[in-house]
Amino acid sequence: MPTQDEIYEKVQSTLVDALGVDEEDVTRDATLFTDLGAESIDLLDIVFRLERNFGIKIPRGELFPENVSDPDMVEGGKMTAKGLAELKGRMPYADLTEFSANPEVDKLFDLYTVDMLVQYVSNKLGA
Amino acid sequence: MRWIWIDKFLEFRSGQFARAVKNLTLAEEHLHDHLPGYPIMPASLIIEGLAQTGGILVGEAGGFAEKVVLAKIPRAEFFGVACAGDQLIYEVTLTDLRAEGAVVDAKVFLNGEVLAEVEIVFAHLDNSRSNQIFGPKNFVFTQQLLGVLDLARAQERAKQIDAAKTPPSSTTQANGTAEE
Repeated sequence: MPTQDEIYEKVQSTLVDALGVDEEDVTRDATLFTDLGAESIDLLDIVFRLERNFGIKIPRGELFPENVSDPDMVEGGKMTAKGLAELKGRMPYADLTEFSANPEVDKLFDLYTVDMLVQYVSNKLGA
Repeated sequence: MRWIWIDKFLEFRSGQFARAVKNLTLAEEHLHDHLPGYPIMPASLIIEGLAQTGGILVGEAGGFAEKVVLAKIPRAEFFGVACAGDQLIYEVTLTDLRAEGAVVDAKVFLNGEVLAEVEIVFAHLDNSRSNQIFGPKNFVFTQQLLGVLDLARAQERAKQIDAAKTPPSSTTQANGTAEE
């Protein structure tokens, strides 16, 4: 089982390769979409690279949940209580405390930080 | 002009590997228009040829049920240029394939040396959504493009039939029945 630092370093190089960003920009609290400029099409590339680099299997929708904007999960641009509960179930590796206080859908993307990926991989490897 | 950027498959191993050839001739308009007076093959069209080789490799692995589209080129390195009269060999290896898409590693060879290395990510279009936009027709794998693979298969079958008709000469000699 690699240490958190070892996982972080590997996640860092994964993102450098996938997004063409500089290593020093891939800090633990950098967000994938806002800070590192990831787009939706990059997610598939990131999933492929994480699988390859860590020897793990990432089922579809596990790391990047799909259909989170369904009508019963979102209302007026915010996640409903049902939506939040669903999200917690689907993303146990993410810290939703701050997001839950003001669950605007647009802010959902900011949950994806480098540290969250490290946590996700760490959970997978420990399982 | 037809949007086909490979001439022929030289090798096709389902779900694994494909090798295709692209011959460059002065009859191709883009060689004149890209850099007038210096007829080189645009790198973007070399990548398109690799994407067609890889796209067919990915599509065939799934029985052409999915619409395979070029999603991303994470890396493309060119070490030289190709001119009219050159023959490019495209080698594409399928490294990852899953329900959402695939990744291939592609190499271009010119005179036995690596001319370019490219990584390509393909996505499978969501069928229900793409049917709404484009209709049920598979616009990626048109019959024109698939014709390249059909031709290679037909040539392979013809070779096998010829081989079955004519026993190899080495076998003949080994059996001691010398040819006249």
